[in-house]
Amino acid sequence: MNRLIVNKIIIALSVFSALFGIGVLFWILGTLTIKGIVSINWHIFTHDLVEKGIRNLIIGQFIMGILASFIAIPVGVAAGIYLREYNTNKFGEILRNLSDVMMSAPSIVVGIFVYGLLVDPIGHYNGFAGAIALAIMMLPIVISTTDSMLSLVPKELREAGIALGGSKHKIILQIVLRAAKVGITTGILLAFARIIGETAPLLFTSANNQYLTFDLTHQFPSLTVSIYNLANYPDEASINLAWAASFILTIVVLIINLLGRYITRNKG
Amino acid sequence: MNMMEIKNFSFTYAKASKPSLKNINLPIKKNQITALIGPSGCGKSTLLRSLNRIHDLYPGNKYEGEILLYNPQTNEYENILELKKENEFINLRQRVGMIFQKPTPFPMSIFDNVAYGLRLNGIKNKSELETRVEEALKGAALWNEVKDRLKASAMGLSGGQQQRLCIARAVALKPEILLFDEPTSALDPISTGAIEQLVAELKKDVTIAIVTHNMQQASRLSDYTAFMYMGELIEYNKTEKIFLNPDEKLTEDYITGRFG
Ligand SMILES: Nc1ncnc2c1ncn2[C@@H]1O[C@H](COP(=O)(O)OP(=O)(O)OP(=O)(O)O)[C@@H](O)[C@H]1O
Ligand SMILES: [Mg+2]
Repeated sequence: MNRLIVNKIIIALSVFSALFGIGVLFWILGTLTIKGIVSINWHIFTHDLVEKGIRNLIIGQFIMGILASFIAIPVGVAAGIYLREYNTNKFGEILRNLSDVMMSAPSIVVGIFVYGLLVDPIGHYNGFAGAIALAIMMLPIVISTTDSMLSLVPKELREAGIALGGSKHKIILQIVLRAAKVGITTGILLAFARIIGETAPLLFTSANNQYLTFDLTHQFPSLTVSIYNLANYPDEASINLAWAASFILTIVVLIINLLGRYITRNKG
Repeated sequence: MNMMEIKNFSFTYAKASKPSLKNINLPIKKNQITALIGPSGCGKSTLLRSLNRIHDLYPGNKYEGEILLYNPQTNEYENILELKKENEFINLRQRVGMIFQKPTPFPMSIFDNVAYGLRLNGIKNKSELETRVEEALKGAALWNEVKDRLKASAMGLSGGQQQRLCIARAVALKPEILLFDEPTSALDPISTGAIEQLVAELKKDVTIAIVTHNMQQASRLSDYTAFMYMGELIEYNKTEKIFLNPDEKLTEDYITGRFG
């Protein structure tokens, strides 16, 4: 009897907590969608921040995100391969732990670090520093996905390749990586989704720019930093623009996430 | 004649305190099927995997004794435990092929699977690859089932077809010896029958060593049988002799299912 009551209370509590969590989530998404959609119009896509548009912000964010990917993906995949396939000693274990620590490093710390490395010595904010900060955020995610996806490839597959007379590196590049391709791609997409929405690493590195620019050696525009700035402005137009930018950013992140899931599912 | 001669062979895994194989002496006769039987953990796989030195994928294992492999070109035996260079290993593994318990198709097309070893071997010519792949697939009794979908992924084949694909992949290299480690234990009876028939036919071109837990399979298929127990070779003889009238009590107990 007593057990039954306890059981009911626990069920009630969990249902309530779940509803509460989901409720808050929908509240955020709902507000974002309502405020975002009313603020979206053609004008903001064709004009830059200086004219109350977000064209340069979207372009800037993607340039830095893609540059970061160009750095983090090859380095991260190579490091993941090293850790899983070649590491046989303590050194690899240390690297793996280091990478895990990096993954949980607060993003503002990464921002400050790159500020000290690439902004302060140069004397001004620059887009390149922003991309590097994002790459540092992305790197440990790519490393750990590659590492764990390779660990899912059965050792028999490697042995079968070796038994046909392949050398270790050929088997890794031609068979093992191919077998882990879907998982690694998904991980990379999720890592990209993660960094494309980051503000803190960009605040002190690329800062922001009102104009459309492709010059990575100077201040560089981004959606996230602009949202942060715009939200602090007193005027309605700026606030609305911040809502629109937030909504678009959320949609982009959502699409990348869904794409990742879709790829995984289709491999099935 | 003997394709291989295993002499006073002992094997110790890296980090293991005692050897998994102790002083094994065993011939592998040319164009015959040699079955390795024995209870789980007795060292069958360990022995088989020494014969193409696939153990060397993992560092630190210790070999003692000799494993002699006959070289038809020079008409001499060479000790494969003395190999050191990467290209010597590659050469050994192309001469001594291996088929595993679970089918191991590579994530690529059926054609590319069979061509994989050939390409590693330096064959690039398209028409030569095509003839060799067709030949190998016919040799593995798979050609008729896959000839219209060579470009399709090998992952879409059934388990039995995948296993025959793995055999085709090994056969394509025209090995002198093929090692099978429980090749049918993951397959249904019909696929098992197909593989057994295939192994029996392969015998005319290659020498075969097969590990199996299935006593009927060993007696149906093999010409010679080696019974192993706790890392030692207990008895080796013609298959009929081992199954009908073994010399050792232990062998008889195992075959009649009294343990293992
Ligand atoms: N990688 C390894 N490291 C250390 N010991 C191992 C390793 N692999 C196998 N062994 C040990 O070596 C012995 C022989 O194992 P092996 O796999 O050769 O047996 P088996 O006869 O093939 O058994 P099964 O019929 O179950 O496949 C066992 O005692 C096993 O525990
Ligand atoms: Mg075994």
